[in-house]
Amino acid sequence: MSQSFDEISAQLRRRHRKSARLKWMSMGALGLAGLFLVLFFTDMMIKGLPAFQQAQIQVEVDYSEQASQLPLAAVQEDVRPLVSRGYLRLIPGRMEDNAELLGTTRMEWVLADSQVDQYLKGHHTRLSDSEQEVVDRLQAEGRAELRFNTTFFTSGDSKMPELAGIASAAMGTVMTLLVTLAVSFPIGVMTAVYLEEFAPDNRFTQLIEININNLAAIPSILFGLLGLAIFINFFGVPRSSPVVGGLTLALMTLPVIIISTRTALRSVPDSIRHAAFGVGCSRWQVVRDHVLPLALPGIMTGSIIGLAQAMGETAPLIIVGMVAFIPDVAASFSEAATVLPAQIFTWAGEPERAFIEKTSGGILVLLAVLISLNATAVVLRKKFERRW
Amino acid sequence: MNRILKTTAIAAAVMGVVGVAQARDQVRIVGSSTVYPFASYVAEEFGATTDFPTPVIESTGSGGGARLFCNGIGEGTPDITNASRRMKPSEFERCVENGVTDITEAFIGYDGIAFAQSNENDAMDVTLEQIFLALAAQVPVDGELVDNPYTQWNEIDDSLPAREIAVYGPPTTSGTRDAFEELVMEAASEEMDAYGGEGYTDIRTDGAFIDAGENDNLIVQRLAENTEAFGIFGYSFLEENSDSMMGSSIDGVAPTPDAIGSGDYPVSRSMFFYVKNQHADEVPAMNEYANLFMSEQMIGDLGYLKGIGLIPAPEEMRAEARSAVENHETLELADLK
Repeated sequence: MSQSFDEISAQLRRRHRKSARLKWMSMGALGLAGLFLVLFFTDMMIKGLPAFQQAQIQVEVDYSEQASQLPLAAVQEDVRPLVSRGYLRLIPGRMEDNAELLGTTRMEWVLADSQVDQYLKGHHTRLSDSEQEVVDRLQAEGRAELRFNTTFFTSGDSKMPELAGIASAAMGTVMTLLVTLAVSFPIGVMTAVYLEEFAPDNRFTQLIEININNLAAIPSILFGLLGLAIFINFFGVPRSSPVVGGLTLALMTLPVIIISTRTALRSVPDSIRHAAFGVGCSRWQVVRDHVLPLALPGIMTGSIIGLAQAMGETAPLIIVGMVAFIPDVAASFSEAATVLPAQIFTWAGEPERAFIEKTSGGILVLLAVLISLNATAVVLRKKFERRW
Repeated sequence: MNRILKTTAIAAAVMGVVGVAQARDQVRIVGSSTVYPFASYVAEEFGATTDFPTPVIESTGSGGGARLFCNGIGEGTPDITNASRRMKPSEFERCVENGVTDITEAFIGYDGIAFAQSNENDAMDVTLEQIFLALAAQVPVDGELVDNPYTQWNEIDDSLPAREIAVYGPPTTSGTRDAFEELVMEAASEEMDAYGGEGYTDIRTDGAFIDAGENDNLIVQRLAENTEAFGIFGYSFLEENSDSMMGSSIDGVAPTPDAIGSGDYPVSRSMFFYVKNQHADEVPAMNEYANLFMSEQMIGDLGYLKGIGLIPAPEEMRAEARSAVENHETLELADLK
């Protein structure tokens, strides 16, 4: 049966229309995803950028005998509610350490209360009208201004928004990830090398493989329960510590590293192995000197992505006690610590309005770190990747 | 052989690092998410003004806190648990079973639960009974218990506006929900004949009550968007968002600090923490922290915690609670019943 020219061209037009429609639909999907991303980023930026600035005011600090007992007495009555309590409460301690302060009066730039900070940023404030007038006066005299918020990066969590920072969480994240890396990288790579290069292909290894793939898809909170049962209850690892958090996240990261390492090993062509065997290398030499170095970029990329995933994780850490109020920067791996996403989670639940910007500010920092981690992974891949 | 030795040594070293005994000059605190803001404020003050490290506070909920606290004595268990309700006799019995026999109860003050809405609306004053009828799973109609038929407030009482019943509230794991069920649902239903004098606490699940998660900020945000709806959350969140939220009077009493403190506002609850005295020798900071918490500068009429939403108790009650903590009075089962 032959088709007429008209029929064929109609069919062609239909097919072209279909493919054009598909193209528009996929572009629409991309556009929608992009739109959400832009919305999310703008929202975070608008809410979060103010967190990097903090109000300071210049006040007369009177280091009197009375102030060493009652720190409120150190500043004039009109600015008393405007000065951060976090600053005032340290005065007695400072006077004890520096005896020469006693009896002196100095003009000092001090941290302002978060309500002043919110007022200067044009947000809702609980300052009374008369207090707002004082702030306006100070500002007109150049004695109240927004400065770069170093506290946000140098101090730990606090109940006072003006004092709250990400230092302890950032340090906790670094320590936790170090433990995660130290445990999951060697074990993961070794497991993958065994499964890919040494293990026979039988029921048993297939079972292991299925289980590993399965583990990668398990909700992360289950790893937290496992961590609680094994590490804390059985081995007695201290609760809330980077060790227990790191070990728990290592369990979670292991499957990711194993799977990506196996993929990387598999992409090394057999001709390399055959050539090495041909000149008399042992299996171990083949793996160590040829296969592993060639697969390394892929392994690194997988591990970095696995770590980035672990870094953004909160659920399993709630169970092992790392989501808590921990202002002190941990000095050792067995001390209590928290991590960045946990810090963000904690701040999101605070009633004070000033914590909204801290929350978004923390998210911006976390995003920046994650983007640089993922960018490193891309760069590593681009730089060392070899195509066969 | 050498290799095996090396491997063993490394493994032993790793286990050594992991198994380091918990050097504990740091107080460990668990418990209620309602008490958490106050406890962490005191903890921070304690860390900043003494040589002790800042206590670690986990917000586990009152029930979760009591479970951890009563797991036993020793370094792995918490020293203090916070609670937004009194310890239950069953929890105390479990404590005693596990060897936690010397507990001191510290009463710190009150917290109110607000029934609030966006302040773009007209104020709507309600009674406990009206809230109950709007939210109970089964309500009496002509003497019979039936599935809650009300969809608009004016169907419950003509004096209420014709607004759809939509209430955002905390999930069942929350202490706020426990308190709400006890102080509103139970209190209102005990007086209704249809329930046979027993408290009825089942909340309807047909969509009028919306489970909004543990985070009270989320409820506030959703109320700002959905101005038709009401929300149930802690008083401190109402105070902090006074520019956009408005608390309803309940039984004619507005949610003010005075009314909550005096108990006139019907939905107020007491907050506590419990100290494990058996840890006093190993964790010396524990009693210092407890005493700081009970001091007038924290829970008093002019105390710092008032600024973040605590409703101070009357002076005599504070003094009594303070002396109980200072003298390490042991809690007895009979006290809880």
